[in-house]
Amino acid sequence: MPHHTFTLNGKQVSVDTEDNVRLLWVLRDLLGVTGPKYGCGLNVCKACTSHINGKAFNPCSVPVSDIKAGDEITTIEGLADDSGQLHPMQEAWLEHDVAQCGYCQPGQIMAAVAKVKAAKAEGRELTDADFDDIRNICRCGTYFRIREAIKSAEAKM
Amino acid sequence: MDDQRRSPRLERRKFLGYLIAAPTLAVAARIGIDAADPETASAAIPSPPEPADLLDLGDALSLAAAPTSGLIAMQLNRDSSVSFALPRAEVGQGITTTFAMLIADEMDLPLNKVHVTLADARPELIFNQLTGGSNSVRSMYHPVRAASAIARARLLATAAGQWGVPASGLTVHNGVISSKSGHSASYGSLAEAAASSRTEQATAQPKAESAFTIVGTPQNRVDAHDAVTGKKQFTMDLQVPNALPAMVCRPPTINGTVKSVQNLAQVKAMPGITDVAVISSGVAVRGRTITHCMDAVRALKVTWGGGSVDAESDATVLKKLKAATLPMAVPPVLTASIDAEFSFAFASNSALETNCAVADVRPGSAEIWAGLKSPITAQEQIAALLGLPVTAVKVHVMQGGGSFGRKLFADAALEAAEFSKKIGKPVKLMWHRTDDFRHGRAHPMSLSRVRVNYALGNVISYEQRHTSVTTDFGHGLGEILTAVAAKLPVGDIGFSQTVFELSQAMPYNFGVTTQLLNEVPLKFHTGSMRNVYSPNVVCARELVIDQLAGTMGQDPLAFRRSFFKDDRFRAVLDKVAEVGQWGRKMPAGMAQGIGFHSEYKSCSAVLVEIDCRPQTVNRKVRDGVTGPRITKAVMAVDAGLPINPRGLEAQMIGCINDGIGLALTESLHIDKGLPLEGSWDNFFYTRQWNTPPDTRIIVMPATGEPGGAGELGVSSSLAAVACAYGRATGKMPTSFPINHGTLSFEPLPRVPSIPDSPVDGLSYVS
Repeated sequence: MPHHTFTLNGKQVSVDTEDNVRLLWVLRDLLGVTGPKYGCGLNVCKACTSHINGKAFNPCSVPVSDIKAGDEITTIEGLADDSGQLHPMQEAWLEHDVAQCGYCQPGQIMAAVAKVKAAKAEGRELTDADFDDIRNICRCGTYFRIREAIKSAEAKM
Repeated sequence: MDDQRRSPRLERRKFLGYLIAAPTLAVAARIGIDAADPETASAAIPSPPEPADLLDLGDALSLAAAPTSGLIAMQLNRDSSVSFALPRAEVGQGITTTFAMLIADEMDLPLNKVHVTLADARPELIFNQLTGGSNSVRSMYHPVRAASAIARARLLATAAGQWGVPASGLTVHNGVISSKSGHSASYGSLAEAAASSRTEQATAQPKAESAFTIVGTPQNRVDAHDAVTGKKQFTMDLQVPNALPAMVCRPPTINGTVKSVQNLAQVKAMPGITDVAVISSGVAVRGRTITHCMDAVRALKVTWGGGSVDAESDATVLKKLKAATLPMAVPPVLTASIDAEFSFAFASNSALETNCAVADVRPGSAEIWAGLKSPITAQEQIAALLGLPVTAVKVHVMQGGGSFGRKLFADAALEAAEFSKKIGKPVKLMWHRTDDFRHGRAHPMSLSRVRVNYALGNVISYEQRHTSVTTDFGHGLGEILTAVAAKLPVGDIGFSQTVFELSQAMPYNFGVTTQLLNEVPLKFHTGSMRNVYSPNVVCARELVIDQLAGTMGQDPLAFRRSFFKDDRFRAVLDKVAEVGQWGRKMPAGMAQGIGFHSEYKSCSAVLVEIDCRPQTVNRKVRDGVTGPRITKAVMAVDAGLPINPRGLEAQMIGCINDGIGLALTESLHIDKGLPLEGSWDNFFYTRQWNTPPDTRIIVMPATGEPGGAGELGVSSSLAAVACAYGRATGKMPTSFPINHGTLSFEPLPRVPSIPDSPVDGLSYVS
């Protein structure tokens, strides 16, 4: 059985499983990390959005064998700092009471953090066009509060 | 009219409840209306002719609840917190927060001292554990307050007794009781002393609504922190020992059957797969991870028998609906008239969390975990399926990742139970997204015909004939209505007609008004979808009203105002007109539209602005549909007593996005017995690129007791978008969603039943 090692939320983890098992199920079914959610398994709904080396990706569509030993995977569980201080995006989410059922929210928050970081790296602020570019489904339809929360967090990141 | 719309005034009346024998203070109250004042203990059933104006679906549900003697109970803990197991489902609508607020306010406790959990299925509640019809707050507002008031009064009496002072001189702040003479005690320190050694009746008088300090103020969800940190636990997040992931290989048409499996042994021998078995709905597999299960499902070679609707496609269903439409009663020859016909495609109520359940079936017992809005029905069905007594089946209600009607049914729980029994092992069964669209419940296709006769500035008659593929009420709603059907002013009619009559109020004075439903019983998997009939019925009505206003040379807003039956209706419409600047000049290809809906003793008006200009309609989004864009949405909502305005606002934002999807983009295409949609890039629920960047919700001040709200705003939003589209393009739309005629995606294959997960995820890192 192939052996896979990588960094998950700051800690080194290893798991023995077939190469093609998608990272989402390595996280959820083998490692018990359930923050990233399943909404399609097709890299469409983005409910599983997490970070690889600080950038957004969707583990439902990545075979575990694609993850290198040096890769740092961050899920929603690893977004707050070590002392438990929430990330400004999570704080903004609370401030705007964004979540309804909450199922898509880990993915929404992780996507939003990467979005703001990418814009800041380009030295610019997010625009309506950037918000329109977010693909994450929220079936409760809290899209407007998502936009408002990202704007709040952007100012504090 | 206005007075008749309100429930009887129950404020400041003493309510019956119970002190329950328990180690710490425990109190209970009966669901429904259980006032101590006998002359008002029974709610009056009003008389015809307009059932929904007087007694709506929510009233019927509340009445059904009254005689079944279900008690809701809460307990005070030694740390001054209160625990309440709510016999309802939380699927995102915010009722755990709402009830925590009611209890905290009544008991003078901080909100974070109230812990609301979801009760297991409790068969003794019978009709009282159904979450639907926007009825949760309406049916439990009084009992929850009564129980809280009894607890508070008992605590005060206990403190007064210990201190030898009159209870009337005591005050409570944040769960601490104080006397004028300097005594002080927390609720928790009195939890045991206040406990009752036997169960007995008690009465208490809840606070006056004017004394509320938490109710009516905007509060964040009580589970918000868990939601943003990934701690909120849904069914598939459970770690039940040995409950390995499971999936089902499903047929190429709805309700297709397994004739034979060619390679069952080989699939069972695949790496990581522990079990493969034929169940009622297909071939179930259990494996180490979901990837293992998906690979097994895709590897199965199954010979399938026919399904229940193999000959049906969109066109054949529509033809059957047209043929089944009931005739109009008033001939169009008497006066000037408008005749219109509207069709509404199938739409999936798919929540983002697909159907899923954990089942652990042992000899003689079973334990089930799932998001369920009708857990007693689920428990009964599972017990029957397994051949067990109902009491041997324990059903835990999990937090749901959305519902929109879907979780009224226990489809995954039944499958999980069947599979677990067959293999003698626990399973954590999940539907693939593709299955959820293709084999999951959907709101059925419907056709609405409207005829209006008018003369001399007046509407003489309004007739609407709504025809729908049968909506499945097998989750128990029908059962409830059976119980009250005999009492209803609508007489002895079927369940669907009862629901229709109870939900379709006519808010306008349009002379002779008849609204009738007929159903075509095709064997699709159907269900409610954030309301049953109203969105489509109301959309058709509001479009005709725009036509009527135009024909009669009136402004659509002024026309509605002049025909409204109730000042509350005028108030919400006036509010959106003011905030949304009704009538402001728009460029060609853009327009405003308004829609109105009243139901559940609540009402809402929506004003939207739509951009139908080519540069907007033809904008490109990878694998998405764009089309007309709603650039602005304004909604005013009157929910009687808005308990949590912030939560209500959230629900209304969701309703707007649902309405936009139903009007413009969101549908299932039925083709030879199966929906073609298999992904969120096929089923176009509103996305960020469709949502209005400018959204404003106005919560109207309290006008009475709490009305229903969770579904309220979908109808008015759908209607407003449809009306705006008609005004922007100069042509009234008659087929919904407007893009349904174009298939905007390449359908996934039917066999294998699910697509493989991509392997190129790292090329989309951003």
